[in-house]
Amino acid sequence: MSNHNKISRTQDEMMALVRQDLQTGVGRKIPHESAAKHVSGEAVYIDDRLEFPNQLHVYARLSDRPHARIISIDTAPCYQVPGVRIAITSKDVPGQLDIGAVAPGDPLLADGKVEYVGQPVIAVAADSLDNARRAAMAAVIEYEDLEAVLSVEEALKKKHFVLDSHQHKRGDSAKALAGAPHRLQDSLHIGGQEHFYLETQISSVIPTEDDGMIVYTSSQNPTEVQKLVAEVLDVPMHKVVIDMRRMGGGFGGKETQAAGPACLCAVIARLTGQPTKMRLPRVDDMLMTGKRHPFYVEYDVGFDDNGRLHGIDLVLAGNCGYSPDLSGSIVDRAMFHADNAYYLGDATVTGHRCKTNTASNTAYRGFGGPQGMVAIEYIMDDIARTLGRDPLEVRKHNYYGKTERNVTHYYQTVEDNMLDEMTAELEASSEYRQRREAISAFNASNRILKKGIALTPVKFGISFTATFLNQAGALVHVYTDGSIHLNHGGTEMGQGLNTKVAQIVAEEFQVEVERIQITATNTDKVPNTSPTAASSGTDLNGKAAQNAARTIRGRLVSFAAAHFKVSEEDIEFRNSHVRIREQVMPFDELIQLAYFNQISLSSTGFYRTPKIYYDRDQARGRPFYYYAYGAACSEVLLDTLTGEYRMLRTDILHDVGASLNPAIDIGQVEGGFVQGMGWLTMEELNWNPQGKLTTNSPASYKIPTVADMPLDLRVRLVENRKNPEDTVFHSKAVGEPPFMLGISVWCALKDAIASVADYRFSPHVDAPATPERVLWGVEQMKTAMAEAPLVENI
Amino acid sequence: MIRFLLNQELRTESDLDPNVTVLNYLRENLGKTGTKEGCASGDCGACTVVVGELENDRIRYRTLNSCLTFVSALDGKQLITVEGLKHQGQMHSVQQAMVDCHGSQCGFCTPGFVMSLFALQKNSPQPDKAAAEEALAGNLCRCTGYRPILDAAASSCTAAAQDQFDQQHEQTLARLREIQPTATTELNCGGNQSYSPLTLADLAQLYQDNPQARLLAGGTDLALEVTQMHRTLPVMIYVGNVAELKQVQTFDDRIEIGAAVPLTDCYDVLAREYPDFGAMLHRFASLQIRNQGTLGGNIGNASPIGDSPPALLTLDAQIVLRQGSSTRTIALADYFVDYRVTVRQEAEFIEKIIVPRAQGRDSFRVYKISKRLDDDISAVCGAFDLRIEDGQITDARVAFGGMAAIPKRASRCEQTLTGKPWNQATIEAAARGLGEDFTPLSDFRASKEYRVLTAANLLRKYFLELSTPELATRVTDYV
Repeated sequence: MSNHNKISRTQDEMMALVRQDLQTGVGRKIPHESAAKHVSGEAVYIDDRLEFPNQLHVYARLSDRPHARIISIDTAPCYQVPGVRIAITSKDVPGQLDIGAVAPGDPLLADGKVEYVGQPVIAVAADSLDNARRAAMAAVIEYEDLEAVLSVEEALKKKHFVLDSHQHKRGDSAKALAGAPHRLQDSLHIGGQEHFYLETQISSVIPTEDDGMIVYTSSQNPTEVQKLVAEVLDVPMHKVVIDMRRMGGGFGGKETQAAGPACLCAVIARLTGQPTKMRLPRVDDMLMTGKRHPFYVEYDVGFDDNGRLHGIDLVLAGNCGYSPDLSGSIVDRAMFHADNAYYLGDATVTGHRCKTNTASNTAYRGFGGPQGMVAIEYIMDDIARTLGRDPLEVRKHNYYGKTERNVTHYYQTVEDNMLDEMTAELEASSEYRQRREAISAFNASNRILKKGIALTPVKFGISFTATFLNQAGALVHVYTDGSIHLNHGGTEMGQGLNTKVAQIVAEEFQVEVERIQITATNTDKVPNTSPTAASSGTDLNGKAAQNAARTIRGRLVSFAAAHFKVSEEDIEFRNSHVRIREQVMPFDELIQLAYFNQISLSSTGFYRTPKIYYDRDQARGRPFYYYAYGAACSEVLLDTLTGEYRMLRTDILHDVGASLNPAIDIGQVEGGFVQGMGWLTMEELNWNPQGKLTTNSPASYKIPTVADMPLDLRVRLVENRKNPEDTVFHSKAVGEPPFMLGISVWCALKDAIASVADYRFSPHVDAPATPERVLWGVEQMKTAMAEAPLVENI
Repeated sequence: MIRFLLNQELRTESDLDPNVTVLNYLRENLGKTGTKEGCASGDCGACTVVVGELENDRIRYRTLNSCLTFVSALDGKQLITVEGLKHQGQMHSVQQAMVDCHGSQCGFCTPGFVMSLFALQKNSPQPDKAAAEEALAGNLCRCTGYRPILDAAASSCTAAAQDQFDQQHEQTLARLREIQPTATTELNCGGNQSYSPLTLADLAQLYQDNPQARLLAGGTDLALEVTQMHRTLPVMIYVGNVAELKQVQTFDDRIEIGAAVPLTDCYDVLAREYPDFGAMLHRFASLQIRNQGTLGGNIGNASPIGDSPPALLTLDAQIVLRQGSSTRTIALADYFVDYRVTVRQEAEFIEKIIVPRAQGRDSFRVYKISKRLDDDISAVCGAFDLRIEDGQITDARVAFGGMAAIPKRASRCEQTLTGKPWNQATIEAAARGLGEDFTPLSDFRASKEYRVLTAANLLRKYFLELSTPELATRVTDYV
């Protein structure tokens, strides 16, 4: 907004502009703020930053044992490699060694023992990554192996937990189960998931005067990195500045586990006085960092002839890996979502946090919620097959009611329930009924290929369940030329947070979004931030930025009213102009005038979510401010000879309240769906008997490609439906909820498998439904048919 | 010394370690950081660049994974990176389309997609969805779900106006002609060296002089030794400039494919002759890898899970091995000895692959099974070619990959089939025979039980496809 190119307009011209809508405010499909830089390769990620002549590169030597005592570490051979500057062990960390996010348990470098294959034991810094690696591999480490627990079932049996178990309880589930007309008991394994952010974990640290550190980190949680860097260095937090411009993907994987590289760099920068960078090679990233929690589920469920639940006893055992990390809240969220869209009746839901000798599993889009929802959706299918009914009918019978049967098993009332309407709309628009019939006909006439279809709902609770995290800050400066500097505590990982927050500020000031410069998230601009997680980025930071903008706008209104001797109601901000009764002036002229009249043009903003609480002792409360809803209908085709399959069509209807940016929201919905589909189909984690992850690169771990997309994908947002809660412009969070739309694909695959036995049996198929698991499901059906008494005319 | 065009700028490099990949050269030597490293193993496409190559006096643009390409392979070519697409401050049409279609979220994979879109635009002015998917299946995006990127492909390819590369085509062509190597080029640095001969005779001589050398063709396997296993390759001989090795010759009874012909170029000729071979090649790795990788390399590295050997074994393909000036022709089946062990002798290399022609028969089928349909490694790959006369099986050729330490013919199964009536009972007996042919392993791709069952099921599928052609049997036929 340079003054040099200022356009002068007449009053009439400006009045005409004031009557037009702002083109880049909320509700507009404007491109991602970095889109032009992404496509030209000009967007700077940490590894792209200019390096210093004395730059150090860090490589960590990882444990090759799942559980062992460290007998000795000899780093002397490291120094034989040219270019090596320093090799450190846990003994060299000046401050606190543990970098556990919530509870301790994560030593920065292994301290006396290793607890998983991939745990960092020593770190070596050299003039190049190659030399650092060579040197790290030269160290001699002696171990004495200890017994390792590698399976979640074994951990559950031994009560080998990282944290205490927790239980939700409503009514008397044992009595309800005993009295129910039908009862089913079974168990299910749900696989984990590698985040596969395209940019691996990375940090770059520069030592400064006063024992300070500037830390560039690809982290969803700058304040936590700041705190942990301060702790490992044993300095106050004010010595550490975190700068985070953008991540090359996060998905939860950089909520806690970006801290390790940052802290290792900081320690080495302290010990050497040199700028230090650590970028994890892909395989090391996959070995070292945690993933989505695999879960083992046991259920005992009672229901009536319509499939309606009377009672349920559900055990959710999360495989947490070797340390707590965020597993407390993650297993909680699995429990909170074990109902998905359904009234469970009398329910006992128990969550266990199992300890195994694998990497510490961590946040991943949905944060345990998807695992809880997969469990109940599996149960819905199981009930439907047992009763010989269409699974969609059983699902609808169990939906929460609007005025009754509308309280969850943790005693939150489900308000603004959109399940019936959205399901009805999607059922009609996807032509579920007609296609179900067409599919039956297809399956009857095709011996080898079978089709399946499923329509599954999503109800997802929005808010951090750790209530205190639901707060955010922002900082807005308006400069004297009318340009605006925007900073907030959230982090940009591709989800379009910065774009949306800029649109919010643009809307408040009624200026074009180009006037707003979004800057790197920085702990010395906005302090004490929460992680950008739990889908809350826009809800929290958007509100905080809105508050900051409103503070400044309020000052401008007061000033203008006094200055022009009009009432405050006579002042209107519209489309980069300000109308003061009949007079119009450009926004930047008002800003200059305000400046000359000594008006403060900078403000912080703050927000905390109202209404929410959770009493853990009682296991009751309102942990969620509101729910986001979605529904997806997927059709698949599978090969009963190989188990291979293809996604034919998916229809999605998703609720984002009043969309702040429909293009970005659709992007989140589609991206979330495909990621969820990948989790439940081809993405399979595999460990060898020695506890090493064997699917540790994209050569062995397969995420969806463009060719795995449904051949026909139809995505719509619910229109004209504002969030009834007072969220920012009545929008709803969108990061995580669409992930669970992928469950429809998994259920459709099971539907196709069930068709092999004319839908008379319930296939037991664990997640992910890889071609191999699908083929075993088909074989189950063939066996069940062969063993079952013949039904007439089949 | 090597010479190449970096975008439009001539670069001459004489002091480069031949172990340096194009990705590291760009990022570390030149500070051009638009090209990203996502995996350094050729599986994610974030590092995709486009290489323009003189071919029949025109420039052919192809995508490559720069993380798997050694700098020596650039000699005489044009390297186009994401930084080269903007022109006079304006975005290229593929870049603009990605912005307009909301095709980027975190942006890290985006430069790679942009380069794949650029090559697609250059090679397919009106790509259908299948062509766009083929061009993009080697680029992973974890954010978008791909739909907006497909939209960008559709809009930028159909509406493409002339870009600076078209406008400067004649000059670029002239400059490429000028920098074509005329004799064996060498690159030396720090005790590591690479040679790039131009003729078969020179290659054979160089290899005899340097029997410890590693032959570099596409490098899609060899480069992993450097980028993933962190080894140094002290001597390499690049075979990609040897004219004789890049020829495809079709005769009445056979097709001869030079060992260094990229898989992309094998596709047309093999797909024409054996449609199923073409269909399988479509699932063979990604376009970037097929642009780099060669048929000779796929055989030469003797992997038990290479995709082409089962098909070639079933077709009774032969290979010509050369050592100095002497050659020998052997059946491919005799080439593989044990896990990654072959009959190849010191300084001996594969010169060409001889594939018999179909001669009007259409009984060849090959099936690949993997967790992901595109760009994945086979759990099992099965190929079948049975000759049936008057309801009797007169000749049976069956081969599998992924079932043993080497790609192997299923001799027990073949015996069970030969001379028997062409019916379900014979097929079931032969399927049981497979259990005697193979005792596969369990690994992260599949359990041994799955491998055994699907191998038998592929034989059943083959029977169904030939005996009831109207039956739908393949999920990949749905597009």
